[in-house]
Amino acid sequence: MGILSLIVFIPFLTAIFILFAKSPKTIKSIALAGTGLHLLASFVLTYLFFNSPQNINPDPTGLSLQFVEKWDWFSSFGVSYFLGVDGISLAMILLTSVIIFTGVLASWNVENRSKEFFALLLLLVTGVFGVFVSFDLFLFFIFYEVAVLPMYLLIGIWGTGPKEYSAMKLTLMLMLGSAFLMVAFLGLFHLSGLNTFDMTKLAQVNFDLQTQRWIFPTLFVGFGILGALYPFHTWSPDGHASAPTAVSMLHAGVLMKLGGYGALRIAVYLLPEGAKEWALFFMALTTINILYGSLGAIKQKDLKYFTAYSSVSHCGMVLFGVATLNFIGFKGAVLQMVSHGLMTGLFFSLIGMVYGRTHTRIINEMGGLAKVMPWLATSFYIAGFASLGLPSLSGFVAESQIFMGGFMGNPWHDLTWMRVLTVLSTMSIVVTAVYVLRGLAQVFMGPITNLHFNELTDASLTEKVTTALLIASLFFVGLYPKFFVDMIEPAINPIINRLNM
Amino acid sequence: MVLLPTWMILAIPLLSFIINGLFVRRFSGHLAAKIGTIAIGFNFLFSLALAYYFFQSGELSTLEWHTEWLRFQSNLIIHIGVMIDPLSAMMLVVVNTISFFVHIYSLGYMHDDEGVGRFFSYLSLFTFSMLGLVVAPNLFQMYVFWELVGVSSFLLIGFYYTKPSAVSAAKKAFIVTRFADLGFLIGILLLGYLGLSVNQGQISSVYSPLDFLFLNNPDVGLQLASSGLLTTGLLLIFIGAAGKSALFPLHIWLPDAMEGPTPVSALIHAATMVVAGVYLVARLFPLFNLAPVALEVVSWVGLFTSLFAAVIACTQDDIKRVLAFSTLSQIGYMIFALGVASDLYPLGYTASLFHLFTHAFFKALLFLGAGSIIHAVHTNDVWQMGGLKKYMPITHITFLVAVLSISGIFPFSGFFSKDEILTAALESGHMTHYLVGLFVALLTSFYMGRIYFLTFWGQSRSHENASHHPHESTWVMTLPLVLLAILALSSGWLPFANYLWFAHKHDHHSLNMTVAFSGTLAAIIGLSSAWFLYSKNNFSKVQKIQTGMGQAYQIIKAKFYFDELYLFVTHKIVFNKIAGPIAWFDKKVVDGGVDLTGEMSQTFGQKLTLIQTGQVQNYIIWFIVGFITVLTLYYNTVL
Repeated sequence: MGILSLIVFIPFLTAIFILFAKSPKTIKSIALAGTGLHLLASFVLTYLFFNSPQNINPDPTGLSLQFVEKWDWFSSFGVSYFLGVDGISLAMILLTSVIIFTGVLASWNVENRSKEFFALLLLLVTGVFGVFVSFDLFLFFIFYEVAVLPMYLLIGIWGTGPKEYSAMKLTLMLMLGSAFLMVAFLGLFHLSGLNTFDMTKLAQVNFDLQTQRWIFPTLFVGFGILGALYPFHTWSPDGHASAPTAVSMLHAGVLMKLGGYGALRIAVYLLPEGAKEWALFFMALTTINILYGSLGAIKQKDLKYFTAYSSVSHCGMVLFGVATLNFIGFKGAVLQMVSHGLMTGLFFSLIGMVYGRTHTRIINEMGGLAKVMPWLATSFYIAGFASLGLPSLSGFVAESQIFMGGFMGNPWHDLTWMRVLTVLSTMSIVVTAVYVLRGLAQVFMGPITNLHFNELTDASLTEKVTTALLIASLFFVGLYPKFFVDMIEPAINPIINRLNM
Repeated sequence: MVLLPTWMILAIPLLSFIINGLFVRRFSGHLAAKIGTIAIGFNFLFSLALAYYFFQSGELSTLEWHTEWLRFQSNLIIHIGVMIDPLSAMMLVVVNTISFFVHIYSLGYMHDDEGVGRFFSYLSLFTFSMLGLVVAPNLFQMYVFWELVGVSSFLLIGFYYTKPSAVSAAKKAFIVTRFADLGFLIGILLLGYLGLSVNQGQISSVYSPLDFLFLNNPDVGLQLASSGLLTTGLLLIFIGAAGKSALFPLHIWLPDAMEGPTPVSALIHAATMVVAGVYLVARLFPLFNLAPVALEVVSWVGLFTSLFAAVIACTQDDIKRVLAFSTLSQIGYMIFALGVASDLYPLGYTASLFHLFTHAFFKALLFLGAGSIIHAVHTNDVWQMGGLKKYMPITHITFLVAVLSISGIFPFSGFFSKDEILTAALESGHMTHYLVGLFVALLTSFYMGRIYFLTFWGQSRSHENASHHPHESTWVMTLPLVLLAILALSSGWLPFANYLWFAHKHDHHSLNMTVAFSGTLAAIIGLSSAWFLYSKNNFSKVQKIQTGMGQAYQIIKAKFYFDELYLFVTHKIVFNKIAGPIAWFDKKVVDGGVDLTGEMSQTFGQKLTLIQTGQVQNYIIWFIVGFITVLTLYYNTVL
């Protein structure tokens, strides 16, 4: 068993251990130990990744995968168990490990059926890790479904508000996305004539233009639904609002990233000609995403809806970066996935903490909370500054790369149009400043509006650890972007080379 | 550098911020205050030494230290570093000096505030950000620190965070400048793109396209100008400069920013941060010089701002707001001086920065003096002051020095720099600028005289108990006043043109007697009419003038209703006409569409269940009908 299988199955094994545990305390401890171990394992993986001799691949468009594990599975269908990791995957693994670890910490108060809750949460994460290291489309799809399905139960059972409705809507819409993917994957499988789901092999096929023209948008929309592509984003506000804290964190922080990841890694990489045909269209659509999400956030009254709309805007930037078909834009997209994951993770964990105290998420019902909970207020402001793209926090490095990529353009599209769209997208940074500062000022600043707020307490130790970890990660990415840039760039090159062929 | 590596000048305030912000302030705010002050004191000495050695050595610029920060692609790498050239050396001295004096002053001013530790941590953060902006070797680093400066300003304006007016002022400042920074950002994208397309062999291989040493290279500049997009790029960047420097029409945040503690107003909103726009234009001046249209815009925006703000300043009652409008007006002066400069008439460049230099001292002095007054009388309203010269002699004398200096009375510093600006306008043939500039000088001395006489002369109009006399502030507060007064007196005598010039070095310019005479006359007219109207406790003449002006006076006093205009645009149009409908559309149409699809498939499914009767006879009928249909179709196609 290689290190990647270990990475994928540690959460799964933890989930199984949890099923045998008795007391809620043991369950939480096992979950924490398992995810902590996993965090360590991904650090080790990163260390090994940087220190192992890079795979020298004679084909410049071939992925330079490391730690490859490959066994035939259903060889008659060309299905194999094929794991590997490159810079993009590794960035996503690191993000996910941090989010699940802090997510478990943030769920410390879950008492209702905690065994099933943690087991499902870990099952979901197994799927996520699986997706990030699979290089066989069939395996990818299986993990993808494992990641999506537990969400229904997690929201339907442990959620709040109109949880059944939200859970149903979310699951059905994501299933629609899966259906698109399934069709596209099967199309690739048959049209390649190679009888294989192996991505590295499919990437050597030059599908004819007609094929690319219809498979690319199918894939992009299929992934886009999960990545909150306009107008398929409406599962996300309701879904986030109804989900319990850790599920919101994982969902917005990690699950939505599967969309951007797939769009870049599978749609663009396998179908470069289709991408060139459609990129400008999707760039326009994601520009709507970016502006629409941020403008929509201004009028929200509930903190979770507020963050959800903000996510629509920020995830729009991920897809926008992918649609630029530019080296810098791609890099920005991956950085934005990391950045947005950490940032919304922090946002949703903080919303959970504030809600646990005030028992309301309605912005106008709060006021002056900074006086009684300075730690939470400061953390909230840091998350807000990250989301409005303040330099020194992660959002800025990601967004500046995306905008630079869009502005530099690519050889296949009209530069003027790309610039117009980029300039329109940059306007979101002002709108974001407006809603973030307005919202946070209402909640935390000014005089205390409700006398019973005076009795509230600031963050507990567990909560401080949770937020401090996420904040430190935000600063790490923002202050030392070289770490992720060095990691991601070699993995972007094959995609760009394939576009240039 | 000679003594210490220059990056220390950034590291010290940063370290002070981290130590104080994370640890010290939790247990002792006063200790944090002392640590912060000592750190900046060290920085102050360091910057003096640095400037001394730098100007001694006669070097033009040195990139002291840099390291890779953000890589866009292999030929577009952003470094973080420290660049020392005459411009940044001068600014280092200004920023550190004012910051240090403000720190000392704040030891007294903030002594009884429970947030004293937080205050000093923010001050360190601000100083760090501002210094990072000043020493930036490339446009991108400048933008990074530009934003950090914006945040520190936000934190400091909103320092009294339980006070709603302070909170909304902080928000307003941040959002307005952010809006302007959008222009800056797009300008950077454009210049980065243009820079990449420039091929200058040697220089292109050494520098990254956004490095100042690259952009300001004459050959590179010519290539950029030939692209035809340089003017657009520079104007976009100027929008950013206009936001930070509160130029018309982005000026609306600065008066409200006075909600912050007074030392903050002195440091950030008078002497250092708000001149960042001037600094930015000066920094890119070799490029502006190649884009005359952009320069023309710069000069007119500056001129209009200086007039507009001076007119409003004559009507305000809040002493800090008068000073804020005065700051706007003086920055407008600096900006239009840059706008009238060119390689043929480079005097405006030196004059502008000279005014930046002298203005920093006397404006900081005015604000700190105002703080001392407010501390004593507990009000900002000049109509509730009066007769203070008896009780506050040191504040009085130092304030007077600042008033004479800003009015441009010989031999105070303002005289020299203002004179140089007017000379630059006249000699470069900008007659309108010269005349309007003179008129603004008159207004300046008038409104400064107005607040001076209203505060210190006449009798007390305080609403407080008559037996409670205001008294002079403690020495930690008056010491910085005295030091700044000395600087306000002496800084004009500095042979500034020997250190900072554009195109070709010129000797300390000899006084143009016409300008010196008319400027002094304007100042004297302004001051004496202020004395005539405001020095005694009889304001019937003032009343008469106000009623005589009628509606016009009200409009000016309401600052030409610009705040209302902005509120209308943001709330009524952006929030209610754009954001509101989008939220509605999303809920009702997009989401409604999804729900509708769901309901339709349910209804359809229910309809479909009608076929599933469970009776075998029905199924057989369906089966036979189907069979016949298929058979017919088959034969039709085959035959």
